[in-house]
Amino acid sequence: MARRRLTRVLPGIMMWLVRIFFAVVLAFPFYWMLITTFKRNTDLNNLKNNPFLFNESPTLDHLKLLFNETLFPRWVMNTMFAGLIVVIITLVLAVPAAYALARLTGQWGAQLGIGIFLTYLIPPTLLFIPLSKVISFLGLQDSLWSIIIVYPTFTIPFSTWLLMGFFKSIPRDLEDAALVDGLTQWGAFVKLVIPMSVSGILTVVIFAFTLVTQEFVYALTFISSAAHQTVGVGVPTFLIRGDVYYWGSLMAACLITSLPIGFLYNLFLDRFIEGFTVGAVK
Amino acid sequence: MIRRQRWLGPAMFMPAVAYILALVGVPFVMAFLYSVSDAKVGSVSYHYVGLQNFISILHRPAFIRALQDSFVFTITSQVLVLIGANILALSLKDAFPGRRFFRFLILLPWVAPVSIGSLGWKWILDSLYSVISWVMVRMHLVNQYDTPMWLGEPKLAMMSVILVHTWHMLPFATVIILAGLTAIPKDIPEAAAVDGAGFFRTTFQITIPMMLPIINVAVLFGAIFTFTDMTVIYILTRGGPYDTTQVIPTEAFFTGILGSDLAEGAAISIFLVPLLIIAAYIALRSAHRAEVT
Repeated sequence: MARRRLTRVLPGIMMWLVRIFFAVVLAFPFYWMLITTFKRNTDLNNLKNNPFLFNESPTLDHLKLLFNETLFPRWVMNTMFAGLIVVIITLVLAVPAAYALARLTGQWGAQLGIGIFLTYLIPPTLLFIPLSKVISFLGLQDSLWSIIIVYPTFTIPFSTWLLMGFFKSIPRDLEDAALVDGLTQWGAFVKLVIPMSVSGILTVVIFAFTLVTQEFVYALTFISSAAHQTVGVGVPTFLIRGDVYYWGSLMAACLITSLPIGFLYNLFLDRFIEGFTVGAVK
Repeated sequence: MIRRQRWLGPAMFMPAVAYILALVGVPFVMAFLYSVSDAKVGSVSYHYVGLQNFISILHRPAFIRALQDSFVFTITSQVLVLIGANILALSLKDAFPGRRFFRFLILLPWVAPVSIGSLGWKWILDSLYSVISWVMVRMHLVNQYDTPMWLGEPKLAMMSVILVHTWHMLPFATVIILAGLTAIPKDIPEAAAVDGAGFFRTTFQITIPMMLPIINVAVLFGAIFTFTDMTVIYILTRGGPYDTTQVIPTEAFFTGILGSDLAEGAAISIFLVPLLIIAAYIALRSAHRAEVT
């Protein structure tokens, strides 16, 4: 009897151990950023101290340094600005494209949609060398605009793919009824389909934005001066003076950057994953 | 009678297609053209040199090593990701108190910018102040005056970049596998349980085989994102110590961008293409299957 109960609760206990183990390991660096952010340098640099505890009183010095004496606020603004423009470009191009491929072009529209999605798989590390030539040809080297025109190359494919799935789920009868009522196809798209797709479009807005904040390779390649950088490249490459790492401020920057982005992305992650799993899950 | 305008569809998708062609299609072709040329940063002339760049990089021991290490990096981290993600996904499948909170913690390595997460690890793996070393000293596993140089010793550095990359990719694979697990009809494992199959037997003989298509998706995209990534290595080791953690993407970056040798850099990055073609083929087949069924 007792043995039977044990076999019944054992999987449950194991599940909890697994969850706790993974949560601790996966989230540890973020906890470590948090603790480092508020520790005094003398505390951080004393090897005799227990690094898990505050051996001296917490401090806001690292945050003050970060916001007052580094380019961090500038990088945040650069990232927001680039994100905003990239989102606009993405919406303007991907929303009509996705609708056309989902509705107006039949079978080969679907094929073309897959083709567009596959371009998402062509990595920056293959394209960065020729693109650096294109960027200098356009006279955009070392400008925030270099990444603003390049980032839509990965936000458009993914957004088009996601929106195609979204548009396909809208009942066709509704559009047909609108056409019978005298709207043109374009009119039906603007007045009927777009208002019905607000949640899909919002998903794309968040994605395009988070993908911009996550990108590293293109920004590192095209932008050379610190003042024009984004957060993702600025913090790890320009927040170091000479060989000295200001770990307190660095970790503060990491924490401030990763939590809001992580939180936003997390809300819409399931939709993102759906983009990859089409065909394998039904 | 509904009048469909035939030109409207193409007019709506052409701008997006043109954008992609101009900034992905053209550079893609250019990468091949550069790889058989003598292009340098700053020069505008183009001379065809045949396979000279490929011959030259294949004669460099450092490149051969980077090529091998790319496979070591990708295969090792993907095996670890696959094992970890399956276990973790099973533990997250059923509802439990605090599930949303756990999910958020577990997803952080994927949803936070990877350069920022890697920087966190650079501090955790610091040569002097590493918290891991501190714990190991306290547990008398290592000598206080001879702590491991996590990023400064070839073997340890390779292990570190692999583990940090595994840390970054694990949530992505977990969520994909979780999506597959929740899609499996509940009654099949239940029927197996009624027939007397235990937890492990149900898992290994029913759940995992049914999960294979989705596990393929996780491995496919995971392998591409790993094989073509340079962020983790760039932040943690810059390919060092003594070029022992170089992979194809970092070699291409150091040669083609920092070294200004566009032609040779392009030739190096061309070595990413075979894997991409295989991946595209598998992805197309799976998408095709989805449309037929």
